[in-house]
This record gives sequence, C-alpha cells and structure tokens, in this order.
Amino acid sequence: MRETEVLVVGGGPAGMVAAIEAAERGAKVVLTERDDRLGGQLIKQTHKFFGSQKQYAGSRGIDISKLLEEKLSNNPNIEILTETTVLGIYEDGVVTMEGANKHLKLKPKRTILATGASEKFLPFANNDLPGIYGAGAVQTLMNVYGVTPGQRVLMVGAGNIGLIVSYQLMQSGVEVAAIIDAAPKIGGYLVHASKIRRAGVPIFTSHTILNAYGQEFVEGAIVASLDDKWQPILGTEKDLAVDVICLAVGLSPLTELCWQAGCEMKYIPEFGGYVPRKNEFLETTVPGVYVCGDAGGVEEASAAMVEGRVAGISVAASLGFGLNIVQDLEAALKDLDQLRSGPAGEKILKGLEKLFARGKQHVS
Amino acid sequence: MRIENHPILIFDRGKILSFFFNGEVIKGYEGESIAAALHAAGIKVLSHSHELHHPRGLFCAIGNCSSCLMVVDGQPNVRVCVEKLREGMRVETQKGKGCLTQ
Repeated sequence: MRETEVLVVGGGPAGMVAAIEAAERGAKVVLTERDDRLGGQLIKQTHKFFGSQKQYAGSRGIDISKLLEEKLSNNPNIEILTETTVLGIYEDGVVTMEGANKHLKLKPKRTILATGASEKFLPFANNDLPGIYGAGAVQTLMNVYGVTPGQRVLMVGAGNIGLIVSYQLMQSGVEVAAIIDAAPKIGGYLVHASKIRRAGVPIFTSHTILNAYGQEFVEGAIVASLDDKWQPILGTEKDLAVDVICLAVGLSPLTELCWQAGCEMKYIPEFGGYVPRKNEFLETTVPGVYVCGDAGGVEEASAAMVEGRVAGISVAASLGFGLNIVQDLEAALKDLDQLRSGPAGEKILKGLEKLFARGKQHVS
Repeated sequence: MRIENHPILIFDRGKILSFFFNGEVIKGYEGESIAAALHAAGIKVLSHSHELHHPRGLFCAIGNCSSCLMVVDGQPNVRVCVEKLREGMRVETQKGKGCLTQ
C-alpha cells in the first residue's frame, strides 16, 4: 500500500498552509482537494482581508490563493491530488479516496483534516424554490463563473458574509433590495455596513423572512419585524419583489471524516455545530489526526491560515522534523491569539473555552 | 446573465461549447460548470423534489447539498454544480431517483 508521512485533506486556506508548513520542514505531504483547483473559498473572495500584515491583510482572497498555490507547486515534498474526494478513514489509519474514477488507498503517518464548512439553511415557507441560494453559491456563480444570480436580491443575514456578498453583488451590477437580520444589531463590521447603506441599500435589523413565493422560481419574499422575543409582529409584513433570496446565515463545520475517524466530538454553538475536541496543537483525541480551519470550528480565512500553520508545524514536530520548532510553534500560537484578541474574536474565545473545558492536553 | 464589466475581476472565458439541455442546444464556455452555463442561459429549475415534485435549483454550488442532481450523458444523479461542461454533453432533467440501465 502507498504510504506518506502527512496527508492533508482539503485544499482551502487551512489545508494549503498546513501542507506548506509540514513540507518546508522536510515531511512528505499528500494534499487532496475534491475540486479541480486549489484555493477552497478563497477563489471567490474578491474583497481585501482585514487583520495583520502577516495574515495577508490588504490582499484579496483570490490573490492569496494564487500565492499559496505557487508555494505548494514549488515544493518537491508536496504531491497535490485535485478532483480527489476522501471517502473514509479506517481503524488502522488507512484513508480511502476516489479520484479520476479510481479508488485509492493511502496510509499516512499523520492526517490533517481541513475539510472546511458548509452553509446553513433557514426554515421558512417555500424555502426550496429555485433562486434561494447560499451566499457561497452566489459568490461562486458571479465571482468564479461571471454569471449573475438574478436581478434583484434579498440578503438574509447582516454578518460579514451577508454584507460583503451584498457589496460584491452591487459590483456585479445586481440590485440588492434589502438586507435583513433577525438580530437587533448588525453582526458584521460597521465599515462594510456603512458602505452598503451609503449606496442606498436598507439594512433591516430585527427582521425575518416569513415566506418566499413564486411559481417555478422566486418572484418575491415576505419579511416582517420581530419583537424582543424574536416573534414576528403582525401587520409589519413587507412584500419585496426579488428573484433571488441569498442566505448568509452562518456555516457548519464539515466533520464527517472526524466522526468517522472516531474523534471525540463536542457541540459548540459558537463554532457552528459539532467539532472534534483537540489540544492547542490541534491534534484531536485520535492520535495522529489533526484538524484546522473551519472544520474545527467556523471562524474566518485569516484564522484558518494560522491554524494551518500550527497544524503543519505540529505534525512536522511529531515526526521529528524541523529545527526551531518550539519558537515557530510559539510564534504561530501568538499570532492566533492576536487575531482573536479584538471584539470579533470574543465568540471564538468563548467557544474555545467550552472546547477545552476538560483541560489542556499535549502532543503525544 | 453574464457579467461583462467588473471593477476587480476579468473573466477569462474558455472556448465556446455547445451542449444539449433536454434536447435544446445551449452554449456555454469551457471550464465552467453545467449549472453556471444553464443559469447564464436563464435556466434555474434543475430538478424536482421526490415527494411533492417541487422545482429545485442549485443551493450550495460546491457539491455539498445534492439540490442540483441531473442526468448527464445517461448517468443519473450528477451534481451539475461541480460537473464541468463538455462539448456535445446531453443534460436532462431527472425524473425520480434515477435508473442505471439506460
């Protein structure tokens, strides 16, 4: 059977960085990605990133992706398998995958799961009509393929994704009828919100969608105000004529492989659902299986890249590679702390506190 | 609709391909997904729900949700949001859960 030192599952920001960090220290790495190109969700992020310079602040996601891809393809220790979907992790650590219509088996010494997240759905009447898309799908259509999702959009969710995608829609010439959010406050950065408001798009907080309507696809939506118990207030309904309803209501970690590997899982609402328990070096309760990025708790791309760094350095260290491992690891962990130190990081720190509730462990 | 002018992105579209949607000839570009080509042609209804036969379109566009399963070149349950367009491809609306003996 084919063997490798490190297998990284998922070629998004976390997985790409993890592969680079492990390979640069000397480990042989196989990186798998189910799509036909690397980059994960970075390939549709046309906005400039926030955060510190070290995490590519000021760069657009699409450019960060190209940069990482270059580093990956220039490293002889990394083998990249695109269009390859990991299917299973067996008890003996063998990982099975499907690629190029072939069933492959691989026995890695360490496995890093960087499988990302999937979009959450929202219950409301007629929510299965064509024209109701996840925010990521809208970005894929317009930023990857250059196809507009429709003419007039209702955005559900005023977090950063809802705000950023609204702005991207306007850049593509699509009208945004309104942004609604059930919370009484705008969740995203106010700099994004004011940019959109200045362009004339109303943001209705304490609002929900009651139903969509239309024959074959969306023709409109009914929204209403919510009272302080989050119940719709009778008589406040508004009828919005839109042909797209974009849902930006959060993400859930994609953890199928963590469950399958037998990782101990914990429900952390702040992280978007069940996530594997892990130590600060990102090793799960299954020795040799690591997690980084959204798969270990939904955060954002900058944090995913630093987590990738931590995971990559950790596996390299556990395999005996690297010279300044302790300093490198400390520096990466410090960067992660710094990223989470602002008000936006409060939720993540709360989630981590719950995840680590049973005390810290150490790399085996 | 196709985006022609974008403040940040340049769409470097591949060569034009023809494919069939329920027998009708549609044009798309090499490198794009079947769903993107259909959407650009104004086709949003891709499948129907099994129980109530409600029209269904794409939802996630990255191969997670199975809302866009269609019959492609006789093969059922193809996720058209991640399946790339090929010249002469036959894309058809799927009825039911799909048969393998076509």
